Amino acid sequence: MTAILEMRGISKSFPGVKALRNVNLAVEAGEIHAICGENGAGKSTLMKILSGVYPHGSYEGEIVYQGAERRFSSISDSEHLGIIIIHQELALVPLLSIAENIFLGNEPAKLGVIDWDVAFSRTRELLARVGLKESPRALITNLGVGKQQLVEIAKALAKKVQLLILDEPTASLNETDSDALLNLLLEFKSHGITSILISHKLNELAKVADQITVLRDGSTVETINCRTEKIDEGRIIKSMVGREMYERYPPREPHVGEKLFEIRDWRVEHPLHAGREVIKGIDLHVNAGEVVGIAGLMGSGRTELAMSVFGRAYGRNVRGQALMQGREIDVSSIQKAVASGLAYVTEDRKTLGLILNDDIRSNVTLANLPAIAWNGVLDDHREATVANQYRSKLNIRSSSILQRTLTLSGGNQQKVVLSKWLFANPQVLILDEPTRGIDVGAKYEIYTIINDLAASGKGVIVISSEMPELLGICDRLYVMNEGRLVGEMPAHEASQEKIMASIMRYEGAAQ
Amino acid sequence: MKHETIAAAAPSRTAGVGVWRTNLRDYGLLASLLVIMAFFELLTSGVLLAPVNITNLILQNSYIVIMALGMLLIIVGGNIDLSVGSIVGFVGAIAATLMVDYKMPWVPVVGLSLLLGALIGAAQGWFVAYARIPSFIVTLGGMLIFRGLTGNILLGQFVGPFPKEFQSISSGFIPDFLSPYASAFGDLALFGQNFRWTSMLIGVSGAALLLFTSARRWRREKEHTIETEPFPLFVGKNAIFAILIVGFSYLLSSYRGLPNVLITMGALILLYMFVTTRMTIGRRIYALGGNRLAAQLSGIRTERLIWATFVNMGLLAGLAGLIVAARLNSATPSAGNSFELDVIAACFIGGASASGGVGKVMGVVIGAFVMGVMNNGMSILGIGIYWQYVVKGLVLLAAVYVDISQKNQG
Repeated sequence: MTAILEMRGISKSFPGVKALRNVNLAVEAGEIHAICGENGAGKSTLMKILSGVYPHGSYEGEIVYQGAERRFSSISDSEHLGIIIIHQELALVPLLSIAENIFLGNEPAKLGVIDWDVAFSRTRELLARVGLKESPRALITNLGVGKQQLVEIAKALAKKVQLLILDEPTASLNETDSDALLNLLLEFKSHGITSILISHKLNELAKVADQITVLRDGSTVETINCRTEKIDEGRIIKSMVGREMYERYPPREPHVGEKLFEIRDWRVEHPLHAGREVIKGIDLHVNAGEVVGIAGLMGSGRTELAMSVFGRAYGRNVRGQALMQGREIDVSSIQKAVASGLAYVTEDRKTLGLILNDDIRSNVTLANLPAIAWNGVLDDHREATVANQYRSKLNIRSSSILQRTLTLSGGNQQKVVLSKWLFANPQVLILDEPTRGIDVGAKYEIYTIINDLAASGKGVIVISSEMPELLGICDRLYVMNEGRLVGEMPAHEASQEKIMASIMRYEGAAQ
Repeated sequence: MKHETIAAAAPSRTAGVGVWRTNLRDYGLLASLLVIMAFFELLTSGVLLAPVNITNLILQNSYIVIMALGMLLIIVGGNIDLSVGSIVGFVGAIAATLMVDYKMPWVPVVGLSLLLGALIGAAQGWFVAYARIPSFIVTLGGMLIFRGLTGNILLGQFVGPFPKEFQSISSGFIPDFLSPYASAFGDLALFGQNFRWTSMLIGVSGAALLLFTSARRWRREKEHTIETEPFPLFVGKNAIFAILIVGFSYLLSSYRGLPNVLITMGALILLYMFVTTRMTIGRRIYALGGNRLAAQLSGIRTERLIWATFVNMGLLAGLAGLIVAARLNSATPSAGNSFELDVIAACFIGGASASGGVGKVMGVVIGAFVMGVMNNGMSILGIGIYWQYVVKGLVLLAAVYVDISQKNQG
């Protein structure tokens, strides 16, 4: 067998982070090559380098494709050579037809005039090849996710694909659709098309993968040849998570009290696709003084759950009960959720958390302006006092409370968002990826704040994709996958292996 | 990340530069107004700053300033209102019909007209805030609808004249009751026979009030170790403002005194400064325009807030409609034509950001007077109306260009 693709010694740095360290990947022509790894292991970065999203020169190492070294400077360079990537979030235009989407940017046209006869007849051929029985004129928005996925693949075929990269293609598909997709990959294989499949699902890997490369913390751990070796769940999980615990956490002595907040049978539908459940019946609770973690892979619905609880800020047709101290509360709007004692600290502090153009002072007080105002008139004396208090208590490194939040570092921005919600004085705080993109020192400070909050009798729910973090700061863990809770365990009994195992077992069972 | 290094490298210096930079914008704007005034004062050989012309300048620009206050809130909230000129015409036409054709007394007519303006704003605001139609489209519709209705009501006629009291909303002056007593203080012949002492007193009190409140704020900021403007700058700025106010009051008092409409405008400017800087609703509008999603997730009712900015705009446009009608002493089908352009231009010259979240009352007032002085100066010089459009357009473009290139540097 000859290698169609070799990525040799690939390293890539972002400011402050080494995303990839000397990664090697060899894909043989005509095989299905799986890539496994935790969130942040570097899978997507590697694929973005391969497809030219990160152009040549922004990384170290070399890419040899079809026998020659390639230096892609954009996606169109790699597409030109038949390397097509299909992202987890599909890149289709919802209000255009299948045919228009398939040929978007690649229209069969003369002098800018599209030849629709050619476009439609070729679309029909392509749809037949992927086994999709829809009219080329059907609008994308009227198709289910499974069918949309097939349109993406047809689009790849239209570009004469030779190396197809699929990023967790079955994450949002049901069993039948997943199966059909995997069969399609096998069929492509028999026609000589090579595929790279990013997936966590053991049964999928067992079904289609010829080789599996495992990435961890930006490095290649190993490549397993499935033709000669049997796939072993334990081994893959250990490869994926087997790093040393290097982060430090402040000591924590939990004093867990009564049940404080609870949701029962929580169900949420996708905001754009009515009827498609994103959250499929979740029961969870947090006690006073307790830090509860929600683990899960990206796309498992954790943020959607949190935002739907926080005043239906996400989704439609939100159903289920929310209870605070045993009494049912109304969380149908953000104002009511805040009034009931909830706070949600967003994972996306720049677009959802801060008014970047405003200073620390007005960001801190924004969620609780009535507390610094009488009859709608702001007491700037009191406001400055409050802002200065939080600035020193949370150690927000800044020139003064008048510094614009845009110019703060990530960790300090996060402290401003936290201050805002601390000042709103909630009973229960939901922290969504509270330490994403901030340095180790600031992380420790955030963990200390979380400890203090719990010590003062509040309930804290932490959503994080970093499993060591959850293990280090939580008292109890929920594991979430595909809109459901698939595991619950006390933190002292939990381990990364156990968390990964509940996710993978659930996905195995669902198939 | 780029800004992290900036923040880490010079934590103390950036703040000082920041204060300078934000203030520089304000001072730059004020300085340009003064330069433009000096320029036209020279070219018109002193006509521009003659008491009678200053009075005219105020009468001509008051309604633009008043509407710019409402437009500022709309723009800060991330929207635009193109319909204000047509609302001016429409409200004026209704008020005129009620007073002239139906002989309704002027006081209830004023109340009804303001209510009508607010209702129009409420209707347009509903479409923008709750039906989520872009404000550009809603108010473009409103602009056509109310211009059309104005024409239909007036049928191409001028409707007037109005009662004296109504006219004095716009063309009246502060009555003078101090002058008889003024001579008791000695020989004041220096000020002339008809010097309006009441007006002068109001002007001087206004300047004193300004000095008092800024001094109070400055002390407060010092207390909280917020970095304030450097002391000389603070003193200099306030001294210039005080001198300007007293100087203009003197000029106006030596003619017919302070116009009523100046008092209305001044009171509204103070009110909106207070609302934008000191009230929760003002703070929330800025947050909404700065980042609508973040504001929403902070528990702010963004829809209601957007709606409120439109109600407020309608109310102020209604008031402007009355002022314009009172000034012309008749309602005309073309009253208020293209006012929206001057109002919006005033906001952008004054430093409001088209993407929302940024803009100050003082900036907008100065912006309105930049437009006003140019209108007035060029008219005195006999420059054709079409060339005036060209010049105003270039000034608008230049002001925003300077603004944006400064921001991109920062």
